[in-house]
Amino acid sequence: MLSVSLTGALRSAVGGAECVQIQASSIRELISNLSDQYPNIRQHIDTGIAVAIDGKIYRDNWDVEISADAEVFLLPRIQGG
Amino acid sequence: MGHDSTYTNQKFKVVGTRVNRPDGVDKVTGRAKYGADAYAPGQLVGLFLRSPHAHAKIKKIDVSKAEKLDGVKAIITSADLPDLTGDDRDLTDILENCMARGRALYDGHAVAAVAAIDMQTAKKALKLIKISYQKLPHVTDVDQAMEPGAPIIHDFVRDRKTGKPSNVCKISQFGHGDVEAGFAEADVIIEKTFKTEQTHQGYIEPHACLANISSDNTGELWVTTQGHFGFRSTCAELLGMDVAKLKVTSSEIGGGFGGKTHVWIEPIALALSRKANRPVKVVMSRDEVFRASGPTSATSIDVKIGAKKDGTITGATADLRYTNGAFPGFWAMLGSMISFACYDIKHVKSIGYDVIVNRPKVAAYRAPSAPMPAFAIESVMDLIAAELKMKPIELRIKNAAKEGTRASYGPTYGPIGIGPTLDAAKNHPHMRARLKKNQGRGVACGFWFNFGGQTCVDLNIGIDGSVNLIVGTVDVGGSRASLALIAAEELGIPYEQVRANVGDTASLGHNDMTDGSRGTFSSGMATIFAARNAITVLRERAAKTWDIPLESVIWKEGAARATGKGNSNRPPLSLKELAASAPNTGGPIAGHNEVVADNAGVSFASHICDVEVDPETGVTKVIRYTVIQDAGKAVHPDYVEGQLQGGAAQGIGWALNEEYVYGDDGCLQNPGFLDYRIPVCSDLPFIDTQILEIPNPDHPYGIRGVGETSIVPPLAAIGNAVSNAVGVRMNHTPMSPIRILKAIEDSKA
Repeated sequence: MLSVSLTGALRSAVGGAECVQIQASSIRELISNLSDQYPNIRQHIDTGIAVAIDGKIYRDNWDVEISADAEVFLLPRIQGG
Repeated sequence: MGHDSTYTNQKFKVVGTRVNRPDGVDKVTGRAKYGADAYAPGQLVGLFLRSPHAHAKIKKIDVSKAEKLDGVKAIITSADLPDLTGDDRDLTDILENCMARGRALYDGHAVAAVAAIDMQTAKKALKLIKISYQKLPHVTDVDQAMEPGAPIIHDFVRDRKTGKPSNVCKISQFGHGDVEAGFAEADVIIEKTFKTEQTHQGYIEPHACLANISSDNTGELWVTTQGHFGFRSTCAELLGMDVAKLKVTSSEIGGGFGGKTHVWIEPIALALSRKANRPVKVVMSRDEVFRASGPTSATSIDVKIGAKKDGTITGATADLRYTNGAFPGFWAMLGSMISFACYDIKHVKSIGYDVIVNRPKVAAYRAPSAPMPAFAIESVMDLIAAELKMKPIELRIKNAAKEGTRASYGPTYGPIGIGPTLDAAKNHPHMRARLKKNQGRGVACGFWFNFGGQTCVDLNIGIDGSVNLIVGTVDVGGSRASLALIAAEELGIPYEQVRANVGDTASLGHNDMTDGSRGTFSSGMATIFAARNAITVLRERAAKTWDIPLESVIWKEGAARATGKGNSNRPPLSLKELAASAPNTGGPIAGHNEVVADNAGVSFASHICDVEVDPETGVTKVIRYTVIQDAGKAVHPDYVEGQLQGGAAQGIGWALNEEYVYGDDGCLQNPGFLDYRIPVCSDLPFIDTQILEIPNPDHPYGIRGVGETSIVPPLAAIGNAVSNAVGVRMNHTPMSPIRILKAIEDSKA
């Protein structure tokens, strides 16, 4: 099980929890299983999120594998200028 | 084909050199074609009618007289724009921002548009459109908009606790630890409030486009933009078109800085063209650019920092209130993520409040939302240093984030450059230069995320061996030169043998915008992989020519070389030779790559600024400025330095002069460059730069984005310098002569 930390408004979609446990070995699985477990997160996924794995931020590449002991953060998708 | 993007410490031959940019001659001779330079047979002139009120109900729009005017070919109001956005709130807001739907939400909000045979006719037509308004209460100030009883701008925005209508559209919190425990450990605590006024990106080229939709609902759009693929998607969705039937071509761009990542006039120009069945050209006036494109937020920020006597920060908080303009956004959320990103703080918390006001819809502006909290936090850092009798640079070095630090926005940092930039600042000769009377020095640091995203490129080898590189990221700062350097490096050929072009939306797959400092990072990665794919094809052609296995052919110094037993006497086959023989070895030679370029690598910078303030007039002159920034790898050092200097120049304007001034009527008082003063060359010193190269481990060349971070520290560096020069803490930008004189007077009271 991965420990997934959530920040900002994403926490409200999981009932205010700072961290949730999700079974996943890739970002794709993480997104899928997170949506199943917490349907309210889907709106955030649709508008855009990013996943930080061991400090590296992925916005679009859902094929990235996640090791069981990885530090995983779900972040809002950012915009640049 | 998959590729490994891991940094390899490759030794470079052409990357890192200062070659001429491919677009340089056209730009200095006036041949370059910008947004307003396109022409189509039979084109019409498009003009907008805009609200003179900050907030008003549109009771009636009567276009009957305007429609009867000779030469008027189309008039558009919201009635001509059915809402096709479904449940997509963001898209609905874009539609309403492009053309008011029942209410004008800010001074300058478009309420109608005309297309006519010439400018005079279009202007006459605008005067003939009669609009009946009912003025509504308005609010333009962020703090006032949050007060109980403030005019509510949107009923659908609700307070998440009470469920009542509110102007606060988003509350975001970031941080970790227990800040109260952190403050309890502190020997000194400083708490202060700061304000920054709204500024505009100030790009010299106004928004402009030429729209042409034919009767079969296919269309073309020539436009100045930072992202023609994104513009295509948005316009197609708003107008009910298939994206494949709308070809968007990006013109040369005369500055964007985030402001050209959003559509403003383009969907309406297309709608006018569709209605008139003629091409329509729209060019915003400067007045319109200020009133109705997307400036950055005005902010109000409370910062509290506690530290031990040795300078260790024990706790820090920031409450950040950002104007979003008339529609919901996430600019305070970004600000709250970024706030304390430079520092290693055990107990830290930032809360961002995104607030709707009767101002134009806020857009991204170079490192969006970051300069404002940097101004507030870096100012308090100086106050802490003064209280502890430490040098400001030493306080920053002591608390700088490093590899393994948990960022204030959550994740743990990998290799980062904040420490090295601060060390370089400490050791820079600028720090040892003596200051004279009325002069002050300020230091500040800043952070920006950087990101990558969807990218694809085509690398085509011509019949003469020259190389045409087609990229989908708009060149806003010299990226064509950088990408050509990368292609030349990979292929082992001279830079001059490569020509990079920005392709239109019909030429390539989707490319994300040139924003987030992603252009050279992501298209550079795709170019490397496309070149490597082309090299595989070139090796195959050489193997076929020599009738030897592919594995016996290597690519080195621009030529295929046979290796292994019995092959040593074969002369190499150059790129030109392989290109010439291509018709008989399998046809055209090309490399293609599509990639999601993630892990752009975060970016840090430290700035040093000296100012001289005239105590009689309050006028500030920046007399010396130094930017030190981590670039990962500077592909073209001239353009990296240009980015560092450009960001500093914009930051100097933001810090000292630029601001949106609203009257009591909620209308913008200074929509022009005479009254909204951006810095010109004579206002600026030579901006010195020092590029550090701490490789991004997730790019083959170690590249990080460089375009945005340089605007983050200037407000704070100048704020600290001015405060040191006048002996009074400045807490409100711009630090205009009036504000400086008032601060001096108030300090004496």
